Amino acid sequence: MEDKREPDGIVLTEAQKKSRRERSIAIALALGVLVVLFFAVTIVKGPAVLVRPM
Amino acid sequence: MSVVDHNAIELSPRISEADVADYIALLKPRVMSLVIFTALVGLAMAPGHFHPVLAFTSLLCIAVGAGASGALNMWYESDIDALMTRTANRPIPRGRITRPEALTFGMTLAFFSVMTLGILINWFAGALLAFTIFFYVVIYTIALKRWTAQNIVIGGAAGALPPVVAWAAATGSLSVEPLLLFLIIFFWTPPHFWALALFRSDDYARAGVPMLPVVAGPDATRLQILLYTIVLVAIAFAPWPLGYFDAVYGVTSLLLGGAMLALAVNVYRRREGTEARRATRKLFAFSILYLFGLFATLLLEVVARALAPSIW
Repeated sequence: MEDKREPDGIVLTEAQKKSRRERSIAIALALGVLVVLFFAVTIVKGPAVLVRPM
Repeated sequence: MSVVDHNAIELSPRISEADVADYIALLKPRVMSLVIFTALVGLAMAPGHFHPVLAFTSLLCIAVGAGASGALNMWYESDIDALMTRTANRPIPRGRITRPEALTFGMTLAFFSVMTLGILINWFAGALLAFTIFFYVVIYTIALKRWTAQNIVIGGAAGALPPVVAWAAATGSLSVEPLLLFLIIFFWTPPHFWALALFRSDDYARAGVPMLPVVAGPDATRLQILLYTIVLVAIAFAPWPLGYFDAVYGVTSLLLGGAMLALAVNVYRRREGTEARRATRKLFAFSILYLFGLFATLLLEVVARALAPSIW
């Protein structure tokens, strides 16, 4: 089968690059918030963080 | 002959141009703000000391869970959203986000919000949050909305649960007070959404959603709005004489309830032309103020009690 793609593969447009970068930063921030949240709650609860009541 | 038709395969995959704002729109931020506010009141009213970091974590999880519900709702309803003026601008009908992307986004947020609330706060609150998301997406959106005119009556339970989840997060249990908050939002939902449905009934009819004005007609809807408003005003007032909420709340509830009832009577009486439309819009707008006013009063009572316990 003849491959119709360019040898360089898919080339993103500027708009696609910009939106992808925005989304990547948002995911990084969300993960950062999650890490800080788990850290802060661990500090607040101390050893009790391991006790998880039903 | 080849079994696979290579011409049918799209060689260049779709590259998303959706930005963060599109994903935020999937979360239904306006609904989210009401959820955060009612949950905050549930947290504030809960007895005992709850560390601010834990309170913030609980609120964040409840807010993200509400956002997940919104995203999953838009995933399922993209076909009817495209047909209605009010919702045609949402990210999926506009082609900014695909349905699978919305589904993945919603499920991811639902998973993380429930697990984080369960692990960091308590599993009772986590389970309640999971139930809230399930109820909104599966019971309301998938099962009820396109099937019965009672969709928002039953589905309203999902919107009424956030203060209950918040109370459960703070105390690990339930009590009468969060159930009263639940009942207030539960009985507030039908008059609020039926007022909206009255002036958007063309939209709902076009999309084939059996909202009460479409199925039973505007007059029957007006009667139902009035009846539900009477029940709502009575239920919202009852906690004061029963001794659960204070006098400031009781008086506020009486004043706001009187205004809400007057507007519902106005909607019932004015059935034709511009005046009827104006009466419906007024009730819709005031119903938001009504709920906000009741919950803000409860919040202020808690703050006042904390600042000046001897006076209160």
